[in-house]
Amino acid sequence: MARTDVQLMLDVKAGDEASFELLLHRYRRPLVNFVFRMVRNQEQAEDLAQEVFLRVYRAREDYVPSAKFTTWLFRIATNLALNSLRDNRNQRMEISLDAPINASDEDGDERLLDVAEKHPNIEQHLVEDARRKMIKHAIDKLPEKQRAAVLLHKYQELDYGEIAKILNCSESALKSLLFRAYETLRVELAPLVAQQGK
Amino acid sequence: MSCGRMESKILGYLDGRLKEGERLKMEKHLVSCAACRVRVHEFSAVSGLLDELPQIEPSPAFDVRVHALVAAEPEKKSWWAWMAPSPRVAFAASMLLLATVWVGSRAVNPGVNGSNSGATIDAQDIPVLENYDVLSNFEALTDLPQPVQAEETN
Repeated sequence: MARTDVQLMLDVKAGDEASFELLLHRYRRPLVNFVFRMVRNQEQAEDLAQEVFLRVYRAREDYVPSAKFTTWLFRIATNLALNSLRDNRNQRMEISLDAPINASDEDGDERLLDVAEKHPNIEQHLVEDARRKMIKHAIDKLPEKQRAAVLLHKYQELDYGEIAKILNCSESALKSLLFRAYETLRVELAPLVAQQGK
Repeated sequence: MSCGRMESKILGYLDGRLKEGERLKMEKHLVSCAACRVRVHEFSAVSGLLDELPQIEPSPAFDVRVHALVAAEPEKKSWWAWMAPSPRVAFAASMLLLATVWVGSRAVNPGVNGSNSGATIDAQDIPVLENYDVLSNFEALTDLPQPVQAEETN
């Protein structure tokens, strides 16, 4: 039977490096994806996700399983991502208020593979590509806390109590935050939503 | 259930996280309210759209870099570990202590190694002997020209 996250972390605390390896294997993909959706840059997302694992390792001796492991893990990740976004914003303001940011730069490192040549139906590929970009931009436009809430709710499937702890708010505040986020997405993605209904 | 109260429960309803009573109230409201029915349907569509975003894969170097970061971490010592000396320091300190005790005991009791025979040197003789040793080995003195004899000058 697979050991739980808490059990693995307690084993790491006891000096078992292999358990840390299992946690790394279990959470590297969800973490990288979550941070990537927050900061919109894969290289930066990987750096931050690595920092999350390093902080988990550093804290191993003081680890007390008072909350779910994922709550702790994603709380570290959320704080790092939000701090990074704030730093980037400040840095960008310092560089120049005049120089417009290129829209292609804003797309970050999420360069979709140019598979048109391999795709049997180029038109279909382009439609799908446009849909994905629209969805991505709708998520990117959400305020940071709403974005984090949606990502944790939708992609990590964490329960409301956990997400509320991660975002340091009450459960009712979280529900309101999520509702506003989905409402914004519903409006932003109205053309696609209408297509879904057909 | 009013439309306002309903809004806060749409996601819970779609996630299947409502209690049985709440779920039944919601479904009863949805039967009679077309606007809320549309809203639920659209939220469900948004959720479906979010599923379309592809996941990215961490780069192959990801694990290697985490391992490198972890390996570079200094080993954490407990708060009292600084009090425990390393074996080398402990050995050096004990040798120094032994030497101090030995020298101290000799200074207090000079005749501890035997009788005051002719071979034994008193502490007061040491400066004289040191001076003698320096003078006898001082090359500048041995290289001095011989004093000039009075007869030769005549």
